[in-house]
Amino acid sequence: MTAPVPGPTKLSRAPGVAFIFKKALISALVALVLFSLMIGIRTEAGPTGQLIYWTRFDDLAAMVATVFGGSIVVELLRQWWGPVGTIRIVPPAAQNGLVVARRAIAPVLLIFTFLVPVIFYDQRYILDLGILVLTYVMLGWGLNVVVGLAGLLDLGYVAFYAVGAYSYALLSTNFGLSFWVCLPLAGILAAFWGVLLGFPVLRLRGDYLAIVTLAFGEIIRLVIINWQSLTGGPNGVSGIPRPTFFGIPLTPGDNGLAARLGIEFSPTHRIVFLFYLILALALLTNWVTIRLRRLPIGRAWEALREDEVACRALGINTTTTKLTAFATGAMFGGFAGAFFATRQGFISPESFTFQESALVLAIVVLGGMGSQLGVALAALTMIGGFELFRGFDQYRMLVFGVAMVLLMIWRPRGLIGHRAPTVFLERSQAISSELTSEGRG
Amino acid sequence: MSGKNILNVDHLSMRFGGVVAVNDLSFTAERRKITALIGPNGAGKTTVFNCITGFYKPTSGAMRLTHDDGRAIQLERLNDFRISKLAKVARTFQNIRLFPGMTALENLMVAQHNALMRASGLTFLGLIGAPSWRAAEKHAIDQATRWLGRIGLLERADDAAGNLPYGDQRRLEIARAMCTEPALLCLDEPAAGLNARESAALSELLLSIRGDHGTSILLIEHDMSVVMEISDHIVVMDYGVKIAEGAPQDIRDNPRVIAAYLGADEEEAIAVMESGT
Repeated sequence: MTAPVPGPTKLSRAPGVAFIFKKALISALVALVLFSLMIGIRTEAGPTGQLIYWTRFDDLAAMVATVFGGSIVVELLRQWWGPVGTIRIVPPAAQNGLVVARRAIAPVLLIFTFLVPVIFYDQRYILDLGILVLTYVMLGWGLNVVVGLAGLLDLGYVAFYAVGAYSYALLSTNFGLSFWVCLPLAGILAAFWGVLLGFPVLRLRGDYLAIVTLAFGEIIRLVIINWQSLTGGPNGVSGIPRPTFFGIPLTPGDNGLAARLGIEFSPTHRIVFLFYLILALALLTNWVTIRLRRLPIGRAWEALREDEVACRALGINTTTTKLTAFATGAMFGGFAGAFFATRQGFISPESFTFQESALVLAIVVLGGMGSQLGVALAALTMIGGFELFRGFDQYRMLVFGVAMVLLMIWRPRGLIGHRAPTVFLERSQAISSELTSEGRG
Repeated sequence: MSGKNILNVDHLSMRFGGVVAVNDLSFTAERRKITALIGPNGAGKTTVFNCITGFYKPTSGAMRLTHDDGRAIQLERLNDFRISKLAKVARTFQNIRLFPGMTALENLMVAQHNALMRASGLTFLGLIGAPSWRAAEKHAIDQATRWLGRIGLLERADDAAGNLPYGDQRRLEIARAMCTEPALLCLDEPAAGLNARESAALSELLLSIRGDHGTSILLIEHDMSVVMEISDHIVVMDYGVKIAEGAPQDIRDNPRVIAAYLGADEEEAIAVMESGT
């Protein structure tokens, strides 16, 4: 390395006050154009249907000023830090600590989850939130098989969730089958629909695949709405039986679990039971997925994501490989759906909109495609964070959106972007996310 | 005859719209020999490969693969993955197609997919961790390790394939193809981008594959030092047709071949040769 040339380096690093102001002015101008109608003028329909509008120029001015100031701050920060890189921000000593922390995070998280009903026994809100988070963790892990491992972009995952939920709801209300009989049936039915979806989309790749899966999700929802005689249409299915503790109901009656154990009945028992039930289901999903990754089928999924042509050249039947990925992912979605039905006691098509698919997909992408721990953390962040920002009231979505954008700048390939090898000779070393492919369908 | 030739290509033609990429090509590849397919750029060599390995469906013609036990398979009737699975034809690609995000060892494990799939009882035995599956997995890792040792990549077994140097990636792709235990190995320009030392190592590797495993090799190559050194038989193509065939020495002196490579008329080439000698 020769002595640094101060002139040009300094110039490129610090483009000067004029540059910063120019940039800030442009940003402010864009903000002005964008927000002049969105914020500057407020319109509403009057009582007789006429248009009422009034101006909010003070809000608009505040917004533009914020953008102007913010742009200067961001530019200054960028010059202060130089090119963004985690190495620059985090000192090496702390990085070693992070490595240790990263190893410990999964077991700590698992133990904490087991203890949640004990710690928060009296707080119904926390327990309900925990159940919700775990449901999304399970859905995320299920979709991870399809999107993260096999690299098939599925925008209609909620369809399988719906199939599972309606399978249990209809089988139990019409035929009186118990939850534990219906759970595998719901999984099998969802897997069956996964294969049905898989067949027509086998030839599609990338964007085309995404659109067809999106349509599939909508078709299932519309069929549920319109097939009134079977599904009850928009009214949904109500009176779905609550889960039993392997046949023993969790009710205050004499044959209830509380009476048999000789303890006082509390409605929290059922919540705690549901919590451990979804935890068990989620852990089953996790265990099976981790197992499958180390089996030839799982390796074929990942190989398919990396290079489909090479897979075919190696004699891998890409058709069945894709179908098994769809079926496996759908099966877990079906399990989660059955759980959702028994928890709610009532289901309607409103619970299975595209927004749910998008949320689960966001969890998988945010977590880092293919990473089990990443998906769990992302579900916690997305669902938990959403609740955390409840205090911000009407700005909740805004704050949440900003948080997401920041997270994606900091971690463009998801929370846990690297990939762990499925087999190793000497030592297992993580593979950088720059090498792995996202798959193109 | 079926005992001698592993591959018989008869009157193979491949048309893309109005373009005739391969026109009425016939040649044979002998068992346990290295057959090279050479020719100028755009001669249709890779198209022939894609037909043999099932990536293209030929417009007309037949390709018969005869195994050691006399079992004959018409390749034009099988599609893509079945050619590798049933006919035991493996290939590599002109632009390397490894799984870059998987380790070198994993790449070789994926290549043993079909054998491992059977051993894992279509996943179910593997899911419960049956002893027979564990043994099969260990065997597969041993086989992969052996190949990594042979191509000198044992130390880098746990590195991502995409992180390996170019020459190592080329060798790893060949090892991956060999892990499918093929009867016929099709290599599309394996020496492209290699330096002289790496080319020599490649020649050695290919000769040992032929010698130790009895695998027949079909080779597309532009590097004439490699072709002339290791080929038993050479087929020369130009504009989709075969223009010459024979032992390396015959091909080296063939005026039509020289003309094709120089882009000159046959007469001119003969004139050049005569004036040179």
